[in-house]
Formats: sequence, structure tokens, C-alpha cells
Amino acid sequence: MSSRNAILDSLRRSAAPATGRPAPLSGTRYADPVKQFEETLIAVGGRLVRGGDPADLDIYANAAKVASLVPGVPSRSVDLHAIQDPHELDGVDVAIIPGEFGVAENGAVWVPGEVLAPHRAIFVIAQHLILVVPADQIVDNLHQAYERIRWQPNSFGIFISGPSKTADIEQSLVMGAHGARSCTVILR
Amino acid sequence: MTGHAEKAAAFAADESRTHWHDESLWFVRVKRDRQAASIPEWEALREAASAIKTHTLSRLADYLEEFERNATANGIHVHWARDAAEHNAIVHQILASHNATRLVKSKSMLTEECHLNPYLEARGVEVTDTDLGERIVQLRKEPPSHIVLPAIHLKKEDIGELFHIELGTEKGASDPKYLTEAARGHLRSKFMEAQAGLTGVNFAVAETGGVVVCTNEGNADMGTSLPPLHIACMGMEKLIPRAEDLAVFLRLLARSGTGQPVTTYTSHFNGPLPGGEMHVVIVDYGRSRILGQQTFRSSLGCIRCGACMNTCPVYRRSGGYSYGYIVPGPIGSILAPQRDPRMHASLPFASSLCGSCTDVCPVKIDLHQQLLAFRKELVDSKVVPLQKRLAMAVMGFVLSRPLLYRMSGSLLRALVPGLPRGLVYGTWNRWGIQRELPTMPKESFRDLLRKESS
Ligand code: SF4
Repeated sequence: MSSRNAILDSLRRSAAPATGRPAPLSGTRYADPVKQFEETLIAVGGRLVRGGDPADLDIYANAAKVASLVPGVPSRSVDLHAIQDPHELDGVDVAIIPGEFGVAENGAVWVPGEVLAPHRAIFVIAQHLILVVPADQIVDNLHQAYERIRWQPNSFGIFISGPSKTADIEQSLVMGAHGARSCTVILR
Repeated sequence: MTGHAEKAAAFAADESRTHWHDESLWFVRVKRDRQAASIPEWEALREAASAIKTHTLSRLADYLEEFERNATANGIHVHWARDAAEHNAIVHQILASHNATRLVKSKSMLTEECHLNPYLEARGVEVTDTDLGERIVQLRKEPPSHIVLPAIHLKKEDIGELFHIELGTEKGASDPKYLTEAARGHLRSKFMEAQAGLTGVNFAVAETGGVVVCTNEGNADMGTSLPPLHIACMGMEKLIPRAEDLAVFLRLLARSGTGQPVTTYTSHFNGPLPGGEMHVVIVDYGRSRILGQQTFRSSLGCIRCGACMNTCPVYRRSGGYSYGYIVPGPIGSILAPQRDPRMHASLPFASSLCGSCTDVCPVKIDLHQQLLAFRKELVDSKVVPLQKRLAMAVMGFVLSRPLLYRMSGSLLRALVPGLPRGLVYGTWNRWGIQRELPTMPKESFRDLLRKESS
């Protein structure tokens, strides 16, 4: 018998009588979700900018290499579509990426894989991250978030909440473990 | 064979370090409390998480088949492994068929459980653990001492010294920021050279046929978006039925584990990188056997958040290595003797049964009840040392005979105060190693009560 069938067989023999699924939860709502989003984002080491253009940010102005996936915001010294190998993205200073919506309770932004094309690595390999999210697209909690995600076959999607971080050395929090050293969310 | 108590004694011999370890973990526990208190429906969430796990485990075979169907439709190769040996062979075979000899790994307790790293290294694969804490212990040739905080037992000076030798950082430098920066550079070069990335799986979703991986560092994302080959290894209990269930578990996981509202990166892999290849290895390795045991079944619901370790008064003061198993703390003390009752017989006793683990567990596993139940199993199957069994048998005999109990009480009150210390605290009295008997009262409670009420 294949391992697969052996495993499935022994699971069927061992399992307890079937129990039902619990009723769905609705989750906390916030009087001002945008404010909650901002507070949580700051708490996880990110920063919020209300309105405006990514190009107005210092982090953009000071960067040598910028890869933008947001229409209307120009890249600088990087042509994502001319790059064949994602390893060449090492050295990109700033990535500007559109997020679909934000989540107030945890400061996370949903980024569907499609917007990262042609190279998924861009969101994690860049030194700094700017996420551009529509201002009216902040949901209260993760239950609402998962209700609105539409799953495509063979796809990728990610919640990003603040910059990359670690506390593995004596519990001291350090930003920029492997991914972005800073994470700015622009709501507009 | 040394059990938990002996290894814990070695750890606790350094009193100030033990105190520091205790405080570091308590700090994480306090952060967890703050997060839990910020969610009014926290208890309802735990209830829901527990119910979803119970439901899933009751139909695990069906859901695994559904997962396999949907994952295959996503272009993912699904493999099944009955045990560690089969798991390791599958991973090696995938790497070998791609001529991949440089592998970057993000955190996976399962691969630690299967001892994958030494297996691959013996076959010429360079394995780099990329979670900072895991890289630290890998460079020290040690296992992790905690499932979420692998290097929690080390001081920054220890790590500074290690990095000075291994990565060429300045001698004596111990600033966490500086050391993290050095590791970032070192590991980025590993990511750039890697031919394959291996990740664990926090959740696999039957409905979507994809897996979800949570990290704060972004190491799983680096390792799966640069090399074209992604291997994800999962214990089969990682499965949940639907994507909406993720909301329940993700709201609980990081809040319980590290006191964060969510991990920085929550990546949903529903297929390979364009032009790449993705494999999922589903592993049993004793899990179906645990599923068949009513008392211990719910331990399969564990989402490996680490909260039961952070809160455990024994773990905090004895360190992860005192458990001698890859998963330490309360949950490890249930899982380890499942793997090998003889080798890990002391672990269910490494608990005060205070129940703090049960109180914080986000999936409501009755951890301290299971520890107690396991003690009974180990005594019944004679795995517990004879001395302990005899003592318990005598206790049981006396306690179940009221007359005998009363007589022994008066006898001990009369005799013990007059006995020489060497006899009372002889080597047979392990209880007395660090404890003093209370002064014997003149009368028993029963005598006092009789006097009062007459
Ligand atoms: S047993 Fe519960 S508290 Fe312990 S690691 Fe697992 S999920 Fe977390």
C-alpha cells in the first residue's frame, strides 16, 4: 500500500466521531478604523501618511534605485520588466507597491500576488517599502479581511504588517531582519 | 539516563542566569496578556479555534484528500511520508533531482523533529537556517531551546562572541542592532546563492489547496521568491478546512506567542513561483497514533505558538534543553513521551500542574490534565522508576483506608520528631533534597475539630 493510502486509512480508523464546525465570528469593530489602523501600524514599527504622492517622501527622494509598481509613480534606475532574474533586485532601495486593503486590528496590508509581477521577491528584497492603499479600504478585523479575498488558483498573496523585524537577540527589537527596514503606508 | 530534574538542576545552578531567563520569558507572557486583553472576543476566539481543530481532526482524512486535490490543481506536487525517514528521503530526492546542493530553510519544527539537517548534510547539501535565532543555534551546533524564540537561552555577549568567530564581527561587540545587521548581510548572501528554499507550514487550507507561512523576519519570503524550488514540510495536523478559518487562528497565533497583533509577513502560497516548482510533504510520524487516543488527541491542535512555554514556571526556570526534546515545555512534555515513553518518562512530571499553560493555550488544549493523565499511563506501564511507583503504591494504599490513614498519622507525629536527621533525609527522600519537612503538629486536624465541636 502506498504511504498515502496507509496514512489515510489509519486516520480513518483513529478519528473521533465527527463534530460540527463552529458558527462564524464577527470580530471587533472600531469607531474609527483608520485611526486604529494608524495606531497599530505605528506600534508594529510602521508609519502612516495620509494622502499625497510617494514621490514626495524623503525616502523616495534619497533613494538611488526605486522600483515602483504603482501606476503613475515612476521607478528610478530599475526597469522591473527588463530584469530576467530576481536576484538582480538585490540593491533596490525602495519598492512602491499597491495594497488592496488594510486591517485596522493588526496594521496589516493585503497585497495580492498579481500586483507583484513580474518578480514576487520585490516586496521583501527591497531595503524600504512603501505601500499605497486606497483610503476607504480599511476593514476592522481579519474576519472581514478573509471574507473579501478572492482566491485564484495557483496564486500568491500576503499580509504585510510593518517592517521586517527580529527580537532573537535578548528580546531586543531590531527592524530590518531580512526584508524591508522600514514600511510606510500611504492612504489615498 | 538523566531526566528532566537532573538537567534542570544543571541549568539552575547558575542562579542569576536562571533568573534572567525567567524574566525574559515572563516579559513575553506579559505582552501576550496585553494583546489578549485588547480583544473583547478573545475567549470566543479560543473556543472557535478549539472547535475548528476538533472538527478538522474528526475528518482529517477527508480534508487531506480535499487539500491534495486542490493543491494538485494549483500545480503543487503533494508527497506523503509515514515517518521521519520517508520525509527526509523525499526532501533529498527532490533536491537531488534538481541538483540542488544549497538549501535555505525557514523555521520548521517538523524538520527538527525528523532530523532533516544532518540527513541532508551527510548527503552533500549545505543547509542554512535563516531565522536569526535558528541561525545562531545552528552556528553553535545546538538545537533551538524554544520553538518560537530559538536562542532565548543566550545572552547578547554569547552571540557577539559567536559572530566574532563565525562572521568576523568586532571582538567584544554585543549590540543587538549591530549583530542583526551582520547576520542580515551574511544571510542575504546565502539567499542569493541558494538553489532551493524549504519552509515549514503554519496552516494548510483544504479549500484553497495552499499553505500559509508566518514570519517576522521575511526569511520564508526571501527563500521562496529567489530560488525557483520551494519545498514546504507539514505535519498533517496543520490542516484547516477553509480560508476563513485563518482569521481565527491568525488573530490568536502571534498575540499568544510573542504579544504582537500579527506577524509581519503572513504569506499565502497557493502554487509555485512562476516558472518554478513547489512541493508539499505531508507527514504522519506518529500523529495518527495520537489521533487514536481520546485523552491526548487534542494535543494535535497545537499551533506551536509557544505561549505554554513562556508562562510555565518550570520551563522558565529550567530552560528548553532540560526537556531533551525538540519541543519543550508543557506541550513538549506531552508530545515527547508519545514519541518515546522510556526516554522521556520524566517529562510529564516536569510540571507543577498549576494549569497556567491550559489558561493561555489559544486552542484550549487541556495541557495540565493531559500531563496528569500521562503520569498515570507511565506508572501503569511501569516506565516510572520503581522507587516512585512504590512510594505511590504505599500512599494509595494508606489514603484509601481511613483507619490506617489515621493510625499512620499519629504514628508519624510521634516518631518523626525523634528520628535522626540522617534517616529522615536519607537518599531515599528525594522530596527532601531542597525542602524541609514542616514541624510536626501535636494533634491532627481531626483531633482539633473534635475538641472544638465538643
Ligand atoms: S500547546 Fe497551546 S500554548 Fe502550547 S504551543 Fe501549542 S498552541 Fe501554543
